[in-house]
Amino acid sequence: MKETRETSKHGREHTQTRGPGESLQEDESGLLRPIDNQALHHAQYRRRLRSLSSASATSRIQKGLIRYLYLVIDLSRAAGEMDLRPSRMVVVAKQVEAFIREFFDQNPLSQIGLISIKNGVAQCLTDLGGSPESHIKVLMGKLECAGEASLQNALELVHEQLDQIPSYGHREAIILYSALSTCDPGDVMETIQKCKNSKIRCSVIGLSAELYICKYLCQETGGLYSVALDEAHLKELILEHAPPPPAIAEFAIANLIKMGFPQRAAEGVISICSCHKEAKFGGGYTCPRCKARVCELPTECRICGLTLVSSPHLARSYHHLFPVTPFDDVAPLFVPNHRRPKACFGCQQSLLNPGNLPGRCVTCPKCKQFFCLDCDIYIHESLHNCPGCESLRDSKSLS
Amino acid sequence: MTPVSSKQYTDDVSLLMVLMDTNPLFWSSTATPFSFSKFLSQVLSFLNSIILLNQLNQVVVIATGFNSCDYIYDSSLGHGNLRAETLLQKLEEFVIKDEELNKQESVDGIGSSLLSGSLSMALCYIQRVFRSGSIHPQPRILCLHGSQDGPGQYVAIMNSIFSAQRSMVPIDSCVIGSQHSAFLQQASYITGGVYLKPQQLDGLFQYLTTVFATDLHSRNFLQLPKPVGVDFRASCFCHKNTIDMGYICSVCLSIFCKHHKKCSTCGSAFGQPQTSVSTSNQKRKAPDN
Repeated sequence: MKETRETSKHGREHTQTRGPGESLQEDESGLLRPIDNQALHHAQYRRRLRSLSSASATSRIQKGLIRYLYLVIDLSRAAGEMDLRPSRMVVVAKQVEAFIREFFDQNPLSQIGLISIKNGVAQCLTDLGGSPESHIKVLMGKLECAGEASLQNALELVHEQLDQIPSYGHREAIILYSALSTCDPGDVMETIQKCKNSKIRCSVIGLSAELYICKYLCQETGGLYSVALDEAHLKELILEHAPPPPAIAEFAIANLIKMGFPQRAAEGVISICSCHKEAKFGGGYTCPRCKARVCELPTECRICGLTLVSSPHLARSYHHLFPVTPFDDVAPLFVPNHRRPKACFGCQQSLLNPGNLPGRCVTCPKCKQFFCLDCDIYIHESLHNCPGCESLRDSKSLS
Repeated sequence: MTPVSSKQYTDDVSLLMVLMDTNPLFWSSTATPFSFSKFLSQVLSFLNSIILLNQLNQVVVIATGFNSCDYIYDSSLGHGNLRAETLLQKLEEFVIKDEELNKQESVDGIGSSLLSGSLSMALCYIQRVFRSGSIHPQPRILCLHGSQDGPGQYVAIMNSIFSAQRSMVPIDSCVIGSQHSAFLQQASYITGGVYLKPQQLDGLFQYLTTVFATDLHSRNFLQLPKPVGVDFRASCFCHKNTIDMGYICSVCLSIFCKHHKKCSTCGSAFGQPQTSVSTSNQKRKAPDN
């Protein structure tokens, strides 16, 4: 956290900032030392991975790959608080931007819409759509806060919007709630029941303190409730919602969705695109049903309403269905030295600590290759392939 | 990697990861217009010229075998003797080991080599270079590939491509076989690399030096081979036909050309509320597009 000294006017807020002193810890002899960040980071990641894999092992849960998500951003007076610098609102907007990009990277077939709460009224900033840029642009233009927050109005609007979407889609709402109260026109409990009946999964990320009503909402609708401690924690909490959530089979009815796979139009052809209503030169895609031209995929054809995707968009989601098995920790003493490879199978990094002591490493239960901790994280969070298993023909024919 | 002062790392310092296809079935097949030793001598000259271009350039070679993949050369490890000829011994060891691992008696046709494995390894290595600090050579991957695509590797290769795209690592491909490779076409298109299938393999060295030796910065000023039209249409899982319009299972994203009552991949019944939980452990067929 980089901060310069503020003037005395902001002195009070300054003392309240959530301290930068967390990156130190006391060792046995009472000396302050920086925390071993790598080990800590890895431990956190392992916990996350284990909780994910245990959840999917206990009951055979599907993943909701086609999601319709409304992001509700609280822009009430409380969003102007400056306990996060420069204000909650700005920090939230920054994290929402990162989230929207990550969301579309992981869920190319899904759609997001934005809703703001201001002056006790919920307002639709953007309709459900698949283009990250347009959402981010609208949000950045609407960053002003005023008045009270109303949970009920927000939920009513979410319900109204999500009630129309097709039954195979997974309906979700993520509420970024700054206020400590809700100012509602009617009974919020009834609205919560309505959302529950419509199978809308509501999650709340609080920015101030835990609220009973938010907790109740998440419990009832099967969402997650968390309260952010600081900016880094907020980022972590919001990005947790980017991978597709486990879905219960009854929540979304399986269905066949008609989709088109448009071909890229020939270079050097001038045509009018249906999305921007402009004449464009070259590039673009042609809808196979109505032959309208669209600029980018994935999208919905403006003319005939057909969902248009390309095969890589589908392939981008496949790793959610076939995750890499979690690697096992290797206890340094249990594996005799001669059986231990000297270098990580993936990146060739030495697995020995200075002084030729065996360092910490992990092993894949399938191919029995050893990996360093960094590769472990990269393989499970970005690559989604085990290099060891992929470079063995036997394991492939077995699996 | 030896620490070097930041001034020396200009924008044209490259890390070249070369994935070399050593599939013995491909190299011994009569359709290959080119012998492995000829190929090797041209590639070695190319690797040496990369190292020659800039003293900080780094070359790593991974052998893509039929049964395994392994690192066979890393120019940052050698002290003094950096010449790429040192990889020959490791290559020989690798080829012998690769042959020992072979369990299948006979293979139809050429068979595919394990491109997904070597791509994954190369990406792990590149991540290590990224971790090494803010100053590092600009990485790129070059696939020297001849074998045909293995449909079973589709998902793994696509995963690697997307990971490379996220880390902004271009995948260049030089196809030395007789057929185009749909996997590598997509890989180069998505990651912004160059895809090339040389017409005259005798002049491979010239193709390599004129097209693939250029660093990422210099590519902005050059007219490199333009991407040919990549067909991103999908093929259906039921008949393997390439289709313009189709039906997608909302649960597992399988592609069908006609309306079915039940998904053949995940077993979900369509059009009615689902009662039984799907059995997702059935092996999914990967589309071979």
